[in-house]
Formats: sequence, C-alpha cells, structure tokens
Amino acid sequence: MEKNDLIAKVNSVLAEEFEVEESIITPDANIKKTLELDSLSLVDMVALIENEFGVKIQTADLAKVQTFEALYDYLAERV
Amino acid sequence: MKRVVITGMGIWSCLGKSLDEVRDSLYTGRSGIVLDPVRKEMGFRSGLTARVEIPELKGVLSRSQRAYMPEQAKYAYCATVEALHNAGIDQEYLDSHDVGLMYGNDSTVDPAVRAVDTIRAKKDTTLCGSGAIFQSMNSTVTMNLGTIFHLRGINLTVSGACASGAHAIGLGALLIQTGLQDMIVCGGAQEVNPFSVGSFDGISAFSTREDEPEKASRPFDRDRDGLVPGGGAATVIIEEYEHAVKRGAPIIAEILSYGFSANGEHISTPNVDGPSKSLRMAIERAGINIDEIGYINAHATSTHVGDTNEAKAIYNVFGDRRIEVTSTKSQTGHEMWMAGASEIVYSMLMMKNDFIAANINFENPDEDSAKLLIPNKRVDKHFDTFLSNSFGFGGTNATLIVRNI
Repeated sequence: MEKNDLIAKVNSVLAEEFEVEESIITPDANIKKTLELDSLSLVDMVALIENEFGVKIQTADLAKVQTFEALYDYLAERV
Repeated sequence: MKRVVITGMGIWSCLGKSLDEVRDSLYTGRSGIVLDPVRKEMGFRSGLTARVEIPELKGVLSRSQRAYMPEQAKYAYCATVEALHNAGIDQEYLDSHDVGLMYGNDSTVDPAVRAVDTIRAKKDTTLCGSGAIFQSMNSTVTMNLGTIFHLRGINLTVSGACASGAHAIGLGALLIQTGLQDMIVCGGAQEVNPFSVGSFDGISAFSTREDEPEKASRPFDRDRDGLVPGGGAATVIIEEYEHAVKRGAPIIAEILSYGFSANGEHISTPNVDGPSKSLRMAIERAGINIDEIGYINAHATSTHVGDTNEAKAIYNVFGDRRIEVTSTKSQTGHEMWMAGASEIVYSMLMMKNDFIAANINFENPDEDSAKLLIPNKRVDKHFDTFLSNSFGFGGTNATLIVRNI
C-alpha cells in the first residue's frame, strides 16, 4: 500500500470509529488527545488497527506511537 | 413497613418500543413472533423467535458508553429512559439522590462467544477490545445503567433464571419497605441473539410450529409444543409512597406483595407445590381478600409440563373462582430474564386501560387449563388488582401482587 493511501485509510477508520472529524487528525497531533482515548479505548484502537491492517501494535511499542506520524511510520514498516 | 409504589414504566419489546405501542399490540392481540432463517442456517431445531429491534444509540450515548453495552443493555437503557421520564425524574434528580438499580439478567452470551472466537482465532486477548469484559458479565445491565445515569444507591443484578425480573422487583420492594432505599430503578433484560438460546434449543424446549410463527406460542392450549424465545427490556421505577407524594410523582400503582419459593427438585421440570407456595405467600403478605384479585398474569410459557403444573397451582389456590388468567407470552414468546418485569408492565397497561389481553392461540383446553377462565379474545373490563407469576429453571418461583392507584 502506498503511504498516502495508508495515511488516508488510517485517518478514515480512526475518525469513523472514534467519532471525530477527520480534519482534526494531523501528522504531529497526539493520538490520545485527538481521539480522546483513555486506557480502555486505547485497547480498541490497537484492535481496530490489527483488524484493518493486520498489524498488532505491541504493548511495548505503544509508548513510541504517540503521534499520527509515528503511527503511519509504524504501519508503513509492517504492512 | 413502608408502602411501595410504581411511579414510572418503560418497555422495549417485540410488541413495541414504547408503552403506547405495546398497549396497542396487547389490545389488538398482535403476535411479535417470526421465523429467523439465520437460526435455521446455524442448525437450530427451531428458528422461531420474537423480533426485537436493536436500538441505534449513536448520537445518543458516547462511543465509549456504547462500547460496553451488549444488546440487552441497550434495550434496558431505552426502557429506563422512558420510565424515568414518565416518573418525572431528570438527571438533576438522579445526581442529587441515592437512587438504586436492581435488574434481572441471567446471561450475556453473544459478547462472550465473540471474545472467545477472537482469542481462538488470533491467540491475542488484546484484540477482544475493551468492551468485551463489560459486555460479557452477567451484571452488564446494572453496571452500564448505573454509570450512564450516575446512580448511587444499591446496584445489583438479580439472576434467577426466568424469574429474574420478578425477583428484582420483589427484592427492590423489600429494600423500600424496610426503609433502606427511597427509589429503585427495577426491571429485567433479555438478549435475543441466536447464540444466547442455541443450547436452550438443543434440549428441545422450543416450539417447532415454524409454518405458523404467530401461532407457535400457545400457552395452556392442548396442542402447544414448546416455548418461543423472546426478549427486550422493561423498567419500573419503584418508590416509597410518602417520598413519591412529597415530590409530586405520578403514582400509578402499589406493589402489595412479593411471594417466593423454590421447588428443590428437578432442574428443569417444575412442580405444583413450589408455585402454589409462592402464590399463597404473596396473597397472604398482600393482606387482601383473594377475591380482590381481578386478573392473573400467568408465567405459562407454552411448554406441556410447565403450563399444566401452573394451571394446577392456580387452581389449588384460587379454586373455582372465575378470575381471568392469561399468558402474555402467547404474543411475546418467553422473555425469560425480562419476563417478570415486562409482564408487570403488560399487566399495568391492561389495568390502566380497562382490558385483559387475549391469550391468543388458546383454541382447545387440556384437562387442567379447562378448570381456569382463560379468554382467547380480549376482555374489556376494569380491574384494580392483579397477580403475576414468574418461574424459572432450578425451581425458582416469584409472585407479585400489584394494586391500582
């Protein structure tokens, strides 16, 4: 998958699942703050990403995936 | 002992998604039973079920609130919104009083099955998602409603098989009678998804009259061949009488008594003595003359032995008195964990609107049902007191007596 396509799909599925406007998702924005994730809904994001992209964000890696840019890069390396 | 009154009701069932819709369905004798082709594809012996629409709560509740709710919690939420509204209770009131919550629920199979399927397929528990645990616990309805409505009184799920809803109301009434609570949101909820009743279908308990779904649930009829599973949720707001008067609440009825017993015998086959004991206890505790009871809402589920033994128990207690006995399960199927609560709502709607809904599909009596007055057409009459039975697997029995106000 081209990175631009991947970014578009990530933004789309996250905006739909967490019920936010897609326009507020920007590369340097913080994922948890933007999507209003608590410790429980963070689990849902991991499950959603795995379901959509076949990539499981390992618990140890979650601390590194703070921004959407970091998430795009994490997925681009693994998809 | 303090008096316990009902100040609000709400319902989400196969007969309608509001009190008005359900009243009309009861009045006209409409059946809520359909044949579900999905169940046949899954290998069910019977594909019959009540048809209950799952409420769309997107835009009503937040994403995280909805994530923890299985279908029966959604039904219960809708029923409770209606009941609180009718009781004149708003969020400000709930935020400033210790309102309790007691709901009957005895399974939540669908989310548990989905979580186990995920674990087996993915070998990774995280991928079950955050909602699975909260959806999979028997207390899912009370944990969800308690947090959504900010309730801070007793918070308890009552699991008493098909008498769960009745026990929830009865136990709630006891807490109010003894002064421990002023107001409790009570009710019963039942999931309708196929997984929830697959193993029940497996013991040949369900009617297989699939060519005539609307005629399949036929309590007390000679040719009944089993129950039809149903579901949804029903809520009643119960309140201490003086408390209700003081806040100017719409007092619509009084819970006179709660009777209970257990058979202590077979796990699925009911007897006659246990239900008779529950009936007698309720009548005695109500402190009324038995002739004051104008209507009996039977538990009768359309199974051979269950209906027969309940008919014997009612005859044991009421003898030759000509009191109308009907089972609303003829229209709804068996609403199981919800039934004890929904049948209070159904009976209340009849009492408030001066009619007794027909026991539809009652065409020919058997030896025992012939001794009872079971109308198969609607009876337009006024009554002020009714008795409602609920019995369940394991031999648990509950009887509630309610009087009009």
